[in-house]
Amino acid sequence: MGNVFVLAEHRQGVLREITLEMLTKAAAVAGQTGGEVVTVLLGSGVDAFAEKAAGYCDRVLYMDTPLFADYSAEKYQKALAPLLRQYKPELFMIGHTTQGVDLAPALAVELKLPFVSDVIDINVADGKLKPVRQYYQGKVNANFAFKGEPPYLVTFREATLEVGDAVKGGSVEKIPSTLPEDIAYRRFIEYVEAEVGDVDITQSEILVAVGRGVKEDKNMPLIEGLAAALKADICGSRAAIDAGWLSHDRQVGTSGKTVKPKLYIAIGVSGAFQHLAGMKGAKTIVAINKDPDAPIFSVADFGIVDDLFKVVPKLTEKLKELKS
Amino acid sequence: MNIFVCVKRVPDTSEAIVKVDSSGRGVDSSKFSFDINESDNYAVEEAMLIKEATGGNVRIICAGTQDVDVMIRMALAKGGNSAMRIDDPRINVIDPLQVAKVLAAAIKGKEFDLVLTGCMANDDGNMAVGVALAEELGVPHAAMVKKVEVGTGKVKVYRELEGGLSEVVEMDLPAVITIQTGINEPRYAPIRGIREAQKKELAVLKLEDLGLAPEMVSEEASLIALENFYIPEVESKAEILEGDPDQKAVTLAEKLVKGGLL
Ligand SMILES: Cc1cc2nc3c(=O)[nH]c(=O)nc-3n(C[C@H](O)[C@H](O)[C@H](O)COP(=O)(O)OP(=O)(O)OC[C@H]3O[C@@H](n4cnc5c(N)ncnc54)[C@H](O)[C@@H]3O)c2cc1C
Ligand SMILES: Nc1ncnc2c1ncn2[C@@H]1O[C@H](COP(=O)(O)O)[C@@H](O)[C@H]1O
Repeated sequence: MGNVFVLAEHRQGVLREITLEMLTKAAAVAGQTGGEVVTVLLGSGVDAFAEKAAGYCDRVLYMDTPLFADYSAEKYQKALAPLLRQYKPELFMIGHTTQGVDLAPALAVELKLPFVSDVIDINVADGKLKPVRQYYQGKVNANFAFKGEPPYLVTFREATLEVGDAVKGGSVEKIPSTLPEDIAYRRFIEYVEAEVGDVDITQSEILVAVGRGVKEDKNMPLIEGLAAALKADICGSRAAIDAGWLSHDRQVGTSGKTVKPKLYIAIGVSGAFQHLAGMKGAKTIVAINKDPDAPIFSVADFGIVDDLFKVVPKLTEKLKELKS
Repeated sequence: MNIFVCVKRVPDTSEAIVKVDSSGRGVDSSKFSFDINESDNYAVEEAMLIKEATGGNVRIICAGTQDVDVMIRMALAKGGNSAMRIDDPRINVIDPLQVAKVLAAAIKGKEFDLVLTGCMANDDGNMAVGVALAEELGVPHAAMVKKVEVGTGKVKVYRELEGGLSEVVEMDLPAVITIQTGINEPRYAPIRGIREAQKKELAVLKLEDLGLAPEMVSEEASLIALENFYIPEVESKAEILEGDPDQKAVTLAEKLVKGGLL
């Protein structure tokens, strides 16, 4: 009992990191509930992923069929529902990713599963699982409890923990596909790659990032002045890109790019987890934000809590002076 | 196309101080400013664009108290035909699956081609209501959509994946689509529209009116329980620079230049 199942996630021939992150968390949870960690893998030609996942769990169950050549919420749901009914794990973890959020809520409704979304941690108290999630864009945490019978379902947030070592060597078991051939009410057509811009921000040494706090397009010259003084490239949060201040290829975060510059200066960026995931690997991080509770300060090395419109002009002036 | 759009009113907490209230399971929202949820605003715009291209009507749905009527009227002012508000204190808004049940009950039995929702409510961040709603309605869905191309009896959508990649999928109608921010440029409500919106139908409904047993969507019936809220301890290693704005700027410039960070 107390088994923890994890849905492996992969795309375009790559096993995604969230899989190993969840397996690492699952091992910690199962260590307290006394259960096994089991990877569930659906794919086509995915022997190598099964082997890799086995390093992090007790058992890999995988269905390998050309029907899974491309992800489809509907096919995944059709395959997972009977599997969960059969194996009755205590906990089933799906990544809180663009794939997981497209799948998990429908699966929860179909099987009437207790479901907590976007979980950042799972505690165990008196043998009971207590998922933790956030409200108000990270300003409040909440402890949850499950009611009713397992399986309990969570989607687990990306990049919340370091992946452990592959020390397990679990068994690998191919299970027959239960998928009917004829389901196709949502049809995969193709992938469209991200557009390429004039500057590749993943290669930039210094980045100045703008967020909604910059307010309007007409304030961008202020930022451009700072970037020029620093010989930096400009990137932004999703809010800045949605507002049209910068082109899409300049977006940092889960739905944009992951950057690792020497220096990252975030200006008027709150630091939503989707943004942090794309930049927390920067060597030095500076945040300028008037809200002292902004989550961006949790990853910053230097912080200025103030109005950016007062700080940035002087900062630019002083940098020019010091560098000349 | 006949379209339903689900909209929620949320607080803007990006600059607000958030404090847990005395119940331990809520926050003090007295100082928050509220508006339509960001991605829902894009969903409303997308509905208007589809309606302008194909004809049909757009109906707005919200589960909420009277406070949300201003937001609903704004969506009507942009071209929505009518609205439904489900106002019932027994709805357990903590559980996205129960919210989805309520919205589904409001839509079931009515003719529709598309249901649009936002991909995420900025207050609870569940990213769950739209997809759960599709399952309740028994229709296909696509989450996090950045482009919609309506065809005859089907719709082609571009789902936004990680790293700027998109996935193009096609579904038969009717279907549920959860809309991602940035898909379009939301319009401002025209003055004339605001005046007309006052005359449009805004039906206020109770759970019983939807044929939904209240105990199904109550806190007691939920399979999850919110135990308590707490303010997370921020493990910050940041050195916060002190002084007036000029001093802070000068200190930072010196650290960057002299500290060899450039
Ligand atoms: C599926 C999905 C994927 C996403 N992917 C990404 C992604 O890849 N990248 C990303 O960035 N976001 C992403 N987001 C959006 C993310 O959740 C946030 O909404 C977004 O990051 C917020 O951008 P922001 O920090 O610029 O704006 P806000 O959160 O609105 O923050 C603005 C900040 O500016 C500060 N401010 C305001 N005025 C001033 C001033 N005068 N001086 C100083 N500070 C000021 C405020 O205190 C606030 O902290 C995604 C969301 C979803 C649902
Ligand atoms: N009370 C509500 N009334 C109407 N629509 C809602 C409500 N709550 C959530 N939604 C819709 O569901 C989307 C996703 O919400 P969530 O799953 O809570 O992140 C929102 O963007 C809205 O479009």
